[in-house]
Amino acid sequence: MSSATRATEVSTGWRPAEVREVVSETPSAATLVLDVPGWPGHRAGQHVDLRLTAEDGYQATRSYSIASAPEDVHVAITVERLDDGEVSPYLVEVARPGDLLELRGPVGGWFVWRAADGGPLFLVAGGSGLVPLMAMLRHRARTGSDAEARLLLSARSEEDVLYADELRELVEPAITYTRFPPAGWNGYARRVDRAMLAEAGLPPGDRPRVFVCGPTGFVEGVARELVALGHDPSRIRTERFGATGG
Amino acid sequence: MDELRLDGNAAAGLLAEVFAAEATAALVRCASCGAEGAVATVQVYAHAPGTVLRCPGCDAVIMRFARIRGELVADLRGIGRLSF
Amino acid sequence: MSPITRGFRRRHAEPPAGAALPPGQYLTPDFPVLSAGPTPDVPLDRWRLSIGGAADGERSWSWEEFRALPSESITVDIHCVTSWSKLGTAWEGVSVDTLLDGVEPLGAYVMAHSYGGYTTNLPAEDLTDGKAWVAYAYDGRPLEPEHGGPARLLVPHLYFWKSAKWLRALEFLDADEPGFWESLGYHDYGDPWREQRYQGD
Repeated sequence: MSSATRATEVSTGWRPAEVREVVSETPSAATLVLDVPGWPGHRAGQHVDLRLTAEDGYQATRSYSIASAPEDVHVAITVERLDDGEVSPYLVEVARPGDLLELRGPVGGWFVWRAADGGPLFLVAGGSGLVPLMAMLRHRARTGSDAEARLLLSARSEEDVLYADELRELVEPAITYTRFPPAGWNGYARRVDRAMLAEAGLPPGDRPRVFVCGPTGFVEGVARELVALGHDPSRIRTERFGATGG
Repeated sequence: MDELRLDGNAAAGLLAEVFAAEATAALVRCASCGAEGAVATVQVYAHAPGTVLRCPGCDAVIMRFARIRGELVADLRGIGRLSF
Repeated sequence: MSPITRGFRRRHAEPPAGAALPPGQYLTPDFPVLSAGPTPDVPLDRWRLSIGGAADGERSWSWEEFRALPSESITVDIHCVTSWSKLGTAWEGVSVDTLLDGVEPLGAYVMAHSYGGYTTNLPAEDLTDGKAWVAYAYDGRPLEPEHGGPARLLVPHLYFWKSAKWLRALEFLDADEPGFWESLGYHDYGDPWREQRYQGD
């Protein structure tokens, strides 16, 4: 652990960042590709703190997971629009190329995966918790890693699934639709539970590196069930998403 | 279930500012109950006049921070031990 | 100097014409939940409210005893130090004057104690003469746990961190002692109209 910590660069200052491209992912989510002069690089799983400044000087800061692989030239974040949010509606609906933000990071040295760490990987995502796990999957593909990977994704409906096409190229995802399964669907259509984790995931005997990301309730429930199934708690890493403001 | 509760990953930027080091992978021991774990696994309450990090075992305050007139103030008395 | 983010603005509601907000405050369209820790789970059959530091010792009420006290409906404006304000909030509660009736407090200051360990300090005289309540209902419904239920302190003329949620006890003290946020640098008094957010303001 300590070598990973020492090797992770720390940047505590705010850097200017310019929006390079805004890519719509779903009706409520977009990926912002950013130009960040002096960007030191990142590890899959890390996030950035983003700061926006209004004309009257008001500032809002939010954290967003990096969606892009470390091998990509530009940093990309994927933002889910929260209905009564202050920042996410701006980023998803208003931001356009040329807009200026500030960025701090990358931050986070615990919820990270490097190809050199090896697998197998068992990834469990609740909604937009998929973002940092997608960075891991993209990194795995870009490095040609032969680590086995399984992804279990919980989404409300088909149109809420981020990166739908690319996901299927990177891993064969197991998806459960918790609200509106598509017509003719005969896959999972319920909240993630112990049986689903056992069926769709990797067995504890494989000693997978498990990463769970999503809302607090989702993450804590899944982590509990994984331990009950016999997964080694020290091989499970979790990241809880929440409205740090919206 | 407290959906307002996040984990130490959410405080990574703030902690890097305080310690000038990546802190989420550091091991922290709760001064109150002695439980030890990665900083990334502590409970973070960030919707407040400040940010409070609590022990996932006993709820005791491990660290707390506030920005007082723009300056970052830290109370670290709840840390029994911190190893990077 | 931070670059300006084109088209970004603070999310807030427009105050009604003539409404005055304290300096640096904005009207919020909702009721933000701010918390320094987990929401305590206090079963009503174990809930007690105590007044400590009185000449004749401690006085306390069970939930039934507390709810049997005379209560009032009040409508007040509230102001959070994080800059949001909410006008015309409707509460039901027992006036602190009622709780202190016949109590001879030993001390000019009070520390409010919450279930879960939160504390906040204020002068005793800011709790009396119709300035403070222990509220058990908001907007016509029992106070939700995330907003401080079963009962919270309500002191609307000070910043809202002084209105301790999940109230357990009011303790009279000889001298002012800083509570949870005050010991980190927030103001001992906290008058929003004088913008007393931090120590030394």
